[in-house]
Amino acid sequence: MHNFKTLFDTYNWDSSLKSIFNKTAAHVTQALAKEKLDLEDFKALISPAATPFLEQMAQKSSLLTKKRFGNTIQMYAPMYLSNECQNICTYCGFSMTNKIPRRTLTDLEILKEVAFLKEKGYDHILLVTGEANKIVGVAYLKKAIQLIRSQFSNITIEVQPLDQEEYELLIEHGLYAVLVYQETYHRDEYKKHHPKGKKSNFDYRLETPDRLGKAGVHKIGLGALFGLEDWRADSFFTALHLRYLQKTYWKTKYSISFPRLRPHSGGLEPKVEMTDTDLVQLICAFRLFDEDIELSMSTRESEVFRNHIVQLGTTSISAASKTNPGGYTLETESLEQFEISDERSTEEVVEMLKNQGLEVVWKDWSQFEARQPS
Amino acid sequence: MKNLLKIANKEFTSRLFIGTGKFSSSKQMQEAVLASESELVTTALKRIDMHNAEDDILTHLKHTHINLLPNTSGVRTAKEAVFAAALAREALDTNWIKLEIHPDPRYLLPDPIETLKAAAELVKLGFVVMPYIHADPVLCKRLEDVGVQCVMPLGAPIGSNKGLKTLEFLEIIIEQSNVPVIIDAGIGAPSHAAYAMEIGADAVLVNTAIAVSQNPVAMAKAFKMAVEAGRLGYEAKLAPVKNQAEASSPLTSFLN
Repeated sequence: MHNFKTLFDTYNWDSSLKSIFNKTAAHVTQALAKEKLDLEDFKALISPAATPFLEQMAQKSSLLTKKRFGNTIQMYAPMYLSNECQNICTYCGFSMTNKIPRRTLTDLEILKEVAFLKEKGYDHILLVTGEANKIVGVAYLKKAIQLIRSQFSNITIEVQPLDQEEYELLIEHGLYAVLVYQETYHRDEYKKHHPKGKKSNFDYRLETPDRLGKAGVHKIGLGALFGLEDWRADSFFTALHLRYLQKTYWKTKYSISFPRLRPHSGGLEPKVEMTDTDLVQLICAFRLFDEDIELSMSTRESEVFRNHIVQLGTTSISAASKTNPGGYTLETESLEQFEISDERSTEEVVEMLKNQGLEVVWKDWSQFEARQPS
Repeated sequence: MKNLLKIANKEFTSRLFIGTGKFSSSKQMQEAVLASESELVTTALKRIDMHNAEDDILTHLKHTHINLLPNTSGVRTAKEAVFAAALAREALDTNWIKLEIHPDPRYLLPDPIETLKAAAELVKLGFVVMPYIHADPVLCKRLEDVGVQCVMPLGAPIGSNKGLKTLEFLEIIIEQSNVPVIIDAGIGAPSHAAYAMEIGADAVLVNTAIAVSQNPVAMAKAFKMAVEAGRLGYEAKLAPVKNQAEASSPLTSFLN
């Protein structure tokens, strides 16, 4: 198997979905009793048949998470560098045709935003951009990473998919992880939601984690945007992708995120709704499927939901996030990529975690390559 | 006289070493460490800010009887490990290093090839090297040859709490070793620790089983007692195990 696409092409969306819906309580019980779960077990755990077993799943998920990660939650902060974008994505506030003011942070502006986040305590940062290769291409990203490298132990990006050599270059300059969500694994629906721009190339995006694995990145973040298509099928394909990557690029760590469609300036309503119960079921299913995968939860989700999910399997969260460039210090009022739901301050979220007996981890990485930060 | 454990130039009264991860707060970690009476405590370099005197984890380990053992958790190659050890020596003022090289982030299994390479180099650089390794008797001898001061074979995958799954190999390692053998990973219950000591391990290192228990302080104390009991049992020479009751001598009584 040379890449995921070869494996992916042997699967069919409809029959995969059908086989999930065909799972029974017996399959769920079997999956719950096992220590090492396979993809069929995962299907059972995300199936409607597993709904009556939700509490059992949650208890097991909580125990497994504590065993592997301890009583801790990792904190990270997203920092949007630019909202320039040459893609049309039907669900995104930064979509090219949206008439919004565009901004790309300068070096000085980046440092100002960084100073704000450092003051709050953050040491793991997620840099986000739209896709505009002339303005925020590899050269810009490299410069941004060089600029902030000495201030953060751990730098992740969520930007347009790049080529292997480009990833290698950024890794050499201090990049730790890359998040790249497929949005949906449904090829036709993907086309509908990404009609224009480089992002319309489904296969190039699908093969991105392979390029990242070959480039030797420390961590790859996977996920689907829930609401575009059936969440169960998209989650199954995410799990399939995960297992393939784990076997192929065994030195790489993996994380999963669970973004649900949120209201934004563009206004797409979810085609398939994913309820809170569904999301809890999915998070627990991923934990049971994989004891050591990092599960991440952003401020897209509500205060109440986040207060509970930190005990159920989630291992890293953000707080008081701004999803527009300069949102922390420069343009605190401007339009965001999506509205956040949990609006509490970092201090309030930290307090909530401590009250639940969870240690807040700010730093869990050091760059030990024999190169000094430039 | 109590038979003290000696590693490099240091003597230890306690044969229980503790890891500092996974606790629900640094304060809880400190209380558990104190309850364990451990004198050697390991912490991941990636978790601490080496250049900050106020670092939360380090601050909570400042007790005269506690020796800090930095570990290289997170590195994937010998080169990275040597670099991390050098940074630690400079910032933390210790030449002790727990060498952990695990390129596999899932099971955190140690890379024997990179570990041997790094150990040789670190010994040359004057470090007291404590390598975390598979329960591989040949690798232990090779590490001994390059000058490590102890070996730290795993009992089971780290964090698994499964006990001494590698028993057969641990026994060979203990039989053959000229340096202290510290069983490092997989010990999930006080009884596992006691058993490790009974088979002749020089010490054990425990983290998850204490940190993730319902009452870490009580569990730390339980491990302390188990390690002491196991060691005492070992030193007192265990009575042999027998599969059947032994009658008087029906086969040789005719000789009388």
